[in-house]
Amino acid sequence: MNDILINPDELSFLLWDWLRLDDLLASEGSDIDREAAEAILDLSHKVATDTFLPLFKLSDNREPYLENGQVHALPEIAHALRGYAELGLFSAGFSEELGGLGLPSLLSSASFAQFLAASLAVSAYPMLTTANARLIVTFGSEAQVDTFARPQIAGEWFGTMCLSEPQAGSNLADVATRAMPDGEDEWGARYRLHGNKMWISGGDHDLSGNIVHLVLAKIPDETGQIGQDTRGISLFIVPKVLPSGERNDIAVAGLNHKLGYRGTTNCLLNMGEGAEQPDGRAGALGWLVGAPGQGLPQMFQMMNEARLNVGLGAAAMGYRGYRHALHYSQERLQGSAPGAADKRSGPIIRHPDVRDMVMAAKCYGEGALALVLYCARLVDTAEQDEADDALLSLLTPVAKTWPSEWGLAADDLAIQVHGGYGYTRDFDVEQLWRDNRLNPIHEGTTGIQALDLVGRKIRRDTAGAFDMLDERVRAVAARAAGTALADLGQGLNAAWGRIVTVVAQLRGMDSVAAATNATGFLRAFGHVVVGWQWLDRALLCLDADPADALRAGKPWACRYFFEREIPKIDAWLRPVETGSQLLMEIPENAL
Amino acid sequence: MKILVPVKRVIDYNVKPRVKADGTGVDLANVKMSMNPFDEIAVEEAIRLKEKGVATEIVAVSVGPAKAQETLRTALAMGADRAILVQTDDEVEPLAVAKILKAIADEETPGLVILGKQAIDDDSNQTGQMLAALTGRPQGTFASEVTVDGDSVTVKREVDGGLETVKLTMPAIVTTDLRLNEPRYASLPNIMKAKSKPLANKTPADYGVDIAPRLKTLKVSEPPVRQAGVKVPDVDTLVAKIKELGIA
Repeated sequence: MNDILINPDELSFLLWDWLRLDDLLASEGSDIDREAAEAILDLSHKVATDTFLPLFKLSDNREPYLENGQVHALPEIAHALRGYAELGLFSAGFSEELGGLGLPSLLSSASFAQFLAASLAVSAYPMLTTANARLIVTFGSEAQVDTFARPQIAGEWFGTMCLSEPQAGSNLADVATRAMPDGEDEWGARYRLHGNKMWISGGDHDLSGNIVHLVLAKIPDETGQIGQDTRGISLFIVPKVLPSGERNDIAVAGLNHKLGYRGTTNCLLNMGEGAEQPDGRAGALGWLVGAPGQGLPQMFQMMNEARLNVGLGAAAMGYRGYRHALHYSQERLQGSAPGAADKRSGPIIRHPDVRDMVMAAKCYGEGALALVLYCARLVDTAEQDEADDALLSLLTPVAKTWPSEWGLAADDLAIQVHGGYGYTRDFDVEQLWRDNRLNPIHEGTTGIQALDLVGRKIRRDTAGAFDMLDERVRAVAARAAGTALADLGQGLNAAWGRIVTVVAQLRGMDSVAAATNATGFLRAFGHVVVGWQWLDRALLCLDADPADALRAGKPWACRYFFEREIPKIDAWLRPVETGSQLLMEIPENAL
Repeated sequence: MKILVPVKRVIDYNVKPRVKADGTGVDLANVKMSMNPFDEIAVEEAIRLKEKGVATEIVAVSVGPAKAQETLRTALAMGADRAILVQTDDEVEPLAVAKILKAIADEETPGLVILGKQAIDDDSNQTGQMLAALTGRPQGTFASEVTVDGDSVTVKREVDGGLETVKLTMPAIVTTDLRLNEPRYASLPNIMKAKSKPLANKTPADYGVDIAPRLKTLKVSEPPVRQAGVKVPDVDTLVAKIKELGIA
């Protein structure tokens, strides 16, 4: 059987040749050397193949169900995740003091990518759980860490994040869940929560010993009113089962039936409606994390990690789509290639139209994976290096969105390459598309990411992040001069020049005009960022041995990207360059 | 009791081997290598015997290039206590491996040597048997169950037509078959711990073994491509064809 997860040689190229993981390990004084790192990557590939991949289809076919207020998920998922925990994969990224190995983000992301490629739905549980635990470790008290984070780091309990409500999705200012003070105990200030939380992934299931919800809610003022903006939002730890062993007052009001990503349960939770009476009365018990009113900034730590992980999952799904398309096109015999003397059917990869699709999928899949790993490396240096921190912040909306949009496009092309077979559930590619279709939506839609990029990251760029990126892009373009890719260096300079001009325009516009043009700008910016990185990698491979197909293929992919993808930015940038206000001028009844 | 587990670094079982253009062997350039799967089963069995309190120490040994150290680290990460690398870049035939293992067994005096029944690269299926002959120890090959009781070991063997049970007096040689166990993965903490476990570097000369090949490889080639079949109209023609081909 063909290996359809991430080619270990591709990861090896990205980690050691391009992102210099060895330098990173040395600078961190890590105990992990190259041999150990490779053993970890090897293990991840093997375990993902053996234990997660068999659940890819199974968890899609046999959806979770709700019975007597309890969500039941596939028992095989619990089994696979127990194995995952026993190998130390939940804890790997945490410090030794917390039972982990202190794996750098770059290495743990590369390891996790194999699991995401094998099954996004199963991987979502550890993804949410580790992000939840990290938030408690960062902002919680010692008692909170001991009671609520450590069992998650060990993989015994799973975690969620509860932000959205039925009436409050992208706009969190509308959060209406109320938290009423209810004394104090060893875990800090205690509250009673009342409200409804929607779209809660992992919100209920029978896969782990307990579920730790991190919930955004508002503490009313002395008149009993809650604020109408985001400043009044606080963060609470609300476990399904309380430390006393009592059930908390959280009811599963419904299970959402999704297009894809089905192995991950997704719930509407009603808190504080009296389904249970913890400590003698109604109201879900929760403990405040950090100071009141700090909920959103704290949650954004988890959101940023979650956004990179969404990008990683989308990249892994897109990359896998490319691998399926490639293998199928090499094996499927249909028609002879144009101009071929032999008129018998040959592999469809010889047809220009199919080559175009496979090459586009390759550029999207590999480009997306590289982009997210580049950001994962910035996570490792951001704590010490303010410049890297600023750059990470600028690139996070791109690392979330580009893989979500174009990884999905790779899966779409993979279906097309498979023809009618691709449209059936007997093949994997339709599910890749369905699973990946969530990624441009959750953790901030593409539209929200565009507003974040243009509003926060470009127009309020006080750290000079864009100038640093400018330096890095121009340095790569300059390196191309005098090489076989000199024309692509010029192409990058030209495309980047347009981005620079538009950035100046966006900074000069009023906020309405800037917002109107945000999504188009995000698309163009993402394409040029990925083009810059493609050229950077291609330049590393100019002298590659032609027999080393993986490296020798990079300059070809780069050339393809600049010939067929970069010109698309014209359509996205032109409305910004001309100051078009068409979108807002169109009367509503003309829509 | 000490257990000696020889492990071999071979082409990964997922890789499709390609023959070198000049027909001198299999192309191993840039090919993923890993521990011979039968040897993984041998390591696992040794660890289980240690977990049961039967064995006290597990020594993994490999004969091969410097890179075979990675294979030994895998064994250490799974649970072996220390390792010996007998380093050579030359091709080592089963007889030479068996001679080196005999020398090590003389030094280490293990109660059991557990080997994979064969390596998936050359499929020789010889080393364990040769080692038994050289050391004069009893052998239980193709094991699907191993039970140690006092100073004897009972081995259920997979043979043509069923299972055979033999009882051997230890020290003894056991080779593993596929159904003996399912090897564990090395956990992340154990991968890190394996780095500090002792690994001794030796050469065949240290054991006074001449590893010069006794066999000469004439040519290595791909198996013939399967020919397309023919359709026959009815059973009678099928029977006639089969007779014609001399199959039945």
